[in-house]
Amino acid sequence: MSSAHTKTEHGHTDHNYLNHGSGIWSWMTTLDHKRIGLMYFATVATLFLIGGFFALGIRLHLAKFGAEPLLSPDTYNKFMTFHGAIMVFMVIIPGIPAFLGNFVLPIQLGAKDVAFPRLNLASYYIFIAGAALAASSMIFNQVDTGWTFYTPYSTAKTSNGVILLVMGAFTMGFSSILTGLNFIVTTHKLRAPGMTMDRIPLMIWALYSTSIIQILATPILAITLLLIGAEKTLGVGIFDPDLGGDPVLFQHFFWFYSHPAVYIMILPAMGVISELITAFSKKTIFGYRAIAYSSVAIAAVSFLVWGHHMFVSGQSTLAGIIFSIITMFVGVPTAIKLFNWISTMYRGTVTFEAPMLFALGFMFLFTIGGLTGVFLASTGMDVHFHDTYFVVAHFHYVMVGGTLMALMGGIYYWFPKMFGRMTSDLGGRISWVLIFTGFNVTFFPQFVLGAMGMPRRYFDYLPEYTNLNQISTVGSWLIGLGFLVGLITIIHGIFKGEKASDNPWGAKTLEWQTSSPPPHENFTTTPTVTAGPYDFR
Amino acid sequence: MSWSSLIPATSFMPIQATEIAKEVDLLYAFLIIASLVSFVILIGGMTWFLIKFKRTSLDQKSAYITHNNFAEFLWSFIPLVIMMGIFYWGMVIFEKLRTPPEDIAAEIHVTAEQWAWTYRYANGKEFYSSGNDPMIVPAGKATKLILTSKDVIHSFYVPAFRTKQDAVPGKLTQLWFEPKQPGEYIVFCTEYCGTKHSGMMIKIKAIPSEEYAAWYHAEKKGADTPADLGKVLFAQKACASCHSLDGSRIVGPTMKGLFGSNRKFADGSQTKADENYLRESILVSSAKIVEGYPPAMPVFQGQLSDADVANLIEYIKSIK
Repeated sequence: MSSAHTKTEHGHTDHNYLNHGSGIWSWMTTLDHKRIGLMYFATVATLFLIGGFFALGIRLHLAKFGAEPLLSPDTYNKFMTFHGAIMVFMVIIPGIPAFLGNFVLPIQLGAKDVAFPRLNLASYYIFIAGAALAASSMIFNQVDTGWTFYTPYSTAKTSNGVILLVMGAFTMGFSSILTGLNFIVTTHKLRAPGMTMDRIPLMIWALYSTSIIQILATPILAITLLLIGAEKTLGVGIFDPDLGGDPVLFQHFFWFYSHPAVYIMILPAMGVISELITAFSKKTIFGYRAIAYSSVAIAAVSFLVWGHHMFVSGQSTLAGIIFSIITMFVGVPTAIKLFNWISTMYRGTVTFEAPMLFALGFMFLFTIGGLTGVFLASTGMDVHFHDTYFVVAHFHYVMVGGTLMALMGGIYYWFPKMFGRMTSDLGGRISWVLIFTGFNVTFFPQFVLGAMGMPRRYFDYLPEYTNLNQISTVGSWLIGLGFLVGLITIIHGIFKGEKASDNPWGAKTLEWQTSSPPPHENFTTTPTVTAGPYDFR
Repeated sequence: MSWSSLIPATSFMPIQATEIAKEVDLLYAFLIIASLVSFVILIGGMTWFLIKFKRTSLDQKSAYITHNNFAEFLWSFIPLVIMMGIFYWGMVIFEKLRTPPEDIAAEIHVTAEQWAWTYRYANGKEFYSSGNDPMIVPAGKATKLILTSKDVIHSFYVPAFRTKQDAVPGKLTQLWFEPKQPGEYIVFCTEYCGTKHSGMMIKIKAIPSEEYAAWYHAEKKGADTPADLGKVLFAQKACASCHSLDGSRIVGPTMKGLFGSNRKFADGSQTKADENYLRESILVSSAKIVEGYPPAMPVFQGQLSDADVANLIEYIKSIK
């Protein structure tokens, strides 16, 4: 046991955070990080369904099954934009930190709540306001810029709806910054007695590194997005060549945030995977320090690689070469993590419940995503692949294959803690098989399409790309089906699942030392920590 | 190399129409094989552990292993070395892709706009194409494109040449290629540019160089070449009152032999005088002041069209 006995005579009473106060109002005004986490869950899941709808629309159109195109070019471009903007800004970025992070972080630290509970609730409502603002552009004035809003297309050639969308993203950025700030202070100030920095779980190291990126990088995006608004409404001309501005400057600003944002998406996923692999191998994590410090290293290097999105933008050859070499450095801490996770399984006792399957799926997909990242980091190779389907396949393997697999695994893993019930393991496994298979059928052919030269964001394409596009579309429906099964499994689990014990997986971190679901303030007595977080002896 | 024949790159790469395409494909083949090996080590190793260390009974104990410095050093250091190698290999190819050779047989100004390309040859031949007129270039010789855009960012991508370059408004970028054989090669726009982004396709038609010479000199469209037009403009704007054509020093630097020369600036920096430098100096002369000269030149930004600037550049290039 890594921690002191936290189970008291109250541990099994029926009083918990879910029934601590009742009615909608008690949820809407709650300061409990666990409830706020669940509210993010519901919000992000809803947005995910909308983003998924656009994805299926895009893929169905590209299959060209009928004689007539399913969408008009403009509608297609809008679908593509909404799919990207929703999935990036409203699902993958907040998904793990704001939902799983909010739920898990204070309990794993042995804290009663985050450092600033009111700020935490405010962050949620800021997120909702931003999402609503962004969504209003779907209704009032649709946007077709793609989620990257490249100038001068976004400022000179498209509808004013872009202002709504970027202001939505701007607003959501505040939520991200405030959540990051909250997590950093919580991690530093509210650890349980005995929990030194080298005893915090790896999930927290990952969230901590992510938070640093959030508070340092997000303001850059905020300013950049404001500049788009200013350019469009006031014609300030920073990005307008006719007024002496530079359109490529926007790309520098944008990727200075959005490249680190890729790690806002993937670092928390790596945190989840670290928890899952050790818990389901029943073995101490291999190389705790290496995994922890590699998270920090990835966060640090992530600020220095943005120019690899711009090898063909007209930036100098020398700049391209410098960004290429720094980008290669990211590969090292990433490889370290993969090796550490695999070594954790060595001489462990591995079981294969649904969360573990998702973790293994993550390893498989993320390895492919990571290796193809090396192709793109190499300048000479990237010139051919840049803005083709190879890139589309690569970042879906990393962000969807990586982050969403981790998110699903995390949901099944912490589900008993959240709701005090188990999900059907069979349901979880079926959804895993469908998502995992569907994912590879959808995105693997896209590597080949990219190598063949098919550019991304194409409404129409050459006949030789047809077969692979159709295979890809079939795969996308398998993914859709998989998430549907997952959704049913989760809803069924919430209402009809078997009662969960306090520690159904036999894990060692602090959240499993309190009751399922935990009481309002997480622990009935403050736990004392005497050893590292994964002490499976 | 024997290993590269394991992956016939042409099976998913487009045809190799240039020498550089072959080099890119060799790196590609290497990366695929290196990735496959890494994948087998990682995921194969993982699968083996999963089978071997599957939990079989409830009271089974796991080993207690916290770390191993030697193994961790190895799996940090080896990937680092491999990635530095891949970086270097990619860089060598990148520099070739980005550095045009000295002997350019055809130089074409390419202007992108929603949703068409205009290509203008040095002798004034001009084509506006949204797909119909191919860009004619000589086979077996190097062609250099000077790219810009009228409206939004576009990107000129030739899969068969493995090369690509953005066309950015307010800026000149360049691209070069040398198709080995006569043939037709497709050009895509790869920077999202609105409704007909995917329809913005043209073809490059490489023809034998003698045929190209005949085509180039036949049926000239209009009498004036861009350089001729530039010469007229040079006189109209009274450029010669400050810039000599014969190498003598007056108010500003001479135009003689300027293009391609190395320029040193008052702030200590230096650059090679290429199209982009000339463009910038014509429009906003104060951006880079040549060492030893006063910042005396007026700003022509807003007074000259993109075509004017291109013509002036062609004229300046002709003053050798």
